Amino acid sequence: MKEILVLAEHRKGELRDITLDLLARGQQLADKLRAQQAEGELTAVVLGQDVGTFADTLSSYADRVLVVEEEAMRAFNSDAYQEALAHLIKQRRPAITLIGHTAFGIDLAPALATSLDAALATDCIEVDVEGGAFTAVRPAYGGKARMSVLLRGDVRIATIQSGSAPSPSPRATRGEIVSIDSPLAGEIAYKKFLEYADTSAGEIDITQSDIVVAVGRGIGDPKNIPIVEDLASALGGVLACSRPVVDKKWLPKARQVGISGKTVQPKLYLAVGISGAFQHVSAIKGANMVVAINKDPKAPIFRVADYGIVGDLFTVVPALREKILKAKSGK
Amino acid sequence: MNIVVCVKRVPDLAEAEIVVDRSEKGIETEDLVFDINEWDNYAVEEAVLLKESIGGTVTAISLGEEDSEEVLRRGLAVGADNAILLNDRAFDGGDAFATAKALAAAIERNPFDLILTGAQAADDGYAQVGATLAEMLGIPHATLVTGLEIDGNVARVHRELEAGLEEILDVRLPAVLTIQTGINEPRYVSIAGIRRVARREIEVLGAKDLGLSGDEVGAAGSRLEMQRLFVPPATQKGEILEGSVDVTTEKLVSIFASKGWLA
Repeated sequence: MKEILVLAEHRKGELRDITLDLLARGQQLADKLRAQQAEGELTAVVLGQDVGTFADTLSSYADRVLVVEEEAMRAFNSDAYQEALAHLIKQRRPAITLIGHTAFGIDLAPALATSLDAALATDCIEVDVEGGAFTAVRPAYGGKARMSVLLRGDVRIATIQSGSAPSPSPRATRGEIVSIDSPLAGEIAYKKFLEYADTSAGEIDITQSDIVVAVGRGIGDPKNIPIVEDLASALGGVLACSRPVVDKKWLPKARQVGISGKTVQPKLYLAVGISGAFQHVSAIKGANMVVAINKDPKAPIFRVADYGIVGDLFTVVPALREKILKAKSGK
Repeated sequence: MNIVVCVKRVPDLAEAEIVVDRSEKGIETEDLVFDINEWDNYAVEEAVLLKESIGGTVTAISLGEEDSEEVLRRGLAVGADNAILLNDRAFDGGDAFATAKALAAAIERNPFDLILTGAQAADDGYAQVGATLAEMLGIPHATLVTGLEIDGNVARVHRELEAGLEEILDVRLPAVLTIQTGINEPRYVSIAGIRRVARREIEVLGAKDLGLSGDEVGAAGSRLEMQRLFVPPATQKGEILEGSVDVTTEKLVSIFASKGWLA
């Protein structure tokens, strides 16, 4: 038990950022294993077609990079990936395998774990090892609580929340790159990738505005949205929203801020009636200032806000707008 | 088409304060309001929409205590034909693997073409049961589904990826699809509607009925051992502006002005 296996994630010819989170987390665990039992190493796995440049990049962060070139894995297919990865895990018996808690990992990890009779901890924000026992910390109850869990047995998989690890630094000496024959028998007939579709294009690009005023579930009814829209206008900013507002079809997907929508980096991000789920707040990390208005003092949005007002948006927002207009007109 | 939809009763977390109970493995539930898991609500709607367009039956199934009958009745009220409750002390404390094990055993008893689950549950947030269930049943799956069309024995699904991207794929049936929020607009359920199904029979099954031993399900059958549930300390990055609405908004305006945003 010395190897930490990390699965690289790529899409449309680019290595995805989550891969660095996984390498950082993997390195921490490999270092711990080395400290605790004198042996620990980090191995990255990249599956796909024409992935040589990814392997080069990965080799700066790992002791070893395993490359499986296979046309059936050019685009992500959880079944093809499952077959290839199950083969590698059975052969190498790593101490733990780390996968991103992404649309990709969510599709792959549960069935992979089940086929290997492995313990799987999903959406982990911490993974630790002590005396051979792996534990993980993961959110529960919408991020309002956390649970620490022990991964039973000796086959273990964890999916890692994106942005939960510091960026790794490249090594002085690169790891070796090892090419492995594809263990796949052929194409997966029962699940076929057809194409990608972009759902977030729209009449407006919210990522281009210096001031973004976003509305969330707290608005209650679509007819109340103009209250927040007027505030955005008064500030010369653009109206955006969180996921529940798009789910209910109150605003188009083009205005959604979040992992599945847009990532924004404005000077001011003003969140109105938004609780601040992880998927939302991780897309506003680049904002210079975050201000939150919410009636729930325990709302997670206040953990990331520079300034907060705890109160009813239906009184706070009109009052704020009035004062802004007054200040702008020089009283 | 025989459709099975898995549902869970969970606390409404919107403004709830989560308090960990003495066991440090569960939460105090007395002050919480419970309802159907939001993702499952979309899954039920999708199942009923499919039944309405191509015919067939919908069976709603839930693993939980007696209270979970509420969410099953809700399913019956919107158009499910049958409801099954998996209720047994042996199921207590199960992780996603153990939960999927019981669901698989119950679902396998009857022919099915399509299984829908929510993409995740609001309480433990594993996002794991659907695909685990598929693997146990030896059928394909697709997770985070935001669009679905059935053509013969093929489901054309849209899966939600990151940054506004979707992937479109064909999945052969029978399959498990985990439904993402926003896929449809779940219909309103009136109290009268739920009352109308109050007497419909809900089949209740325990571990023995499913041919499962106590150590295959619940905490004993889990791959994860819950060590501790806790509420993270309230770290606050910034400043909560104190005072009346007039005072707090005035403070905010002067902060904006100092940044030159009100010029």
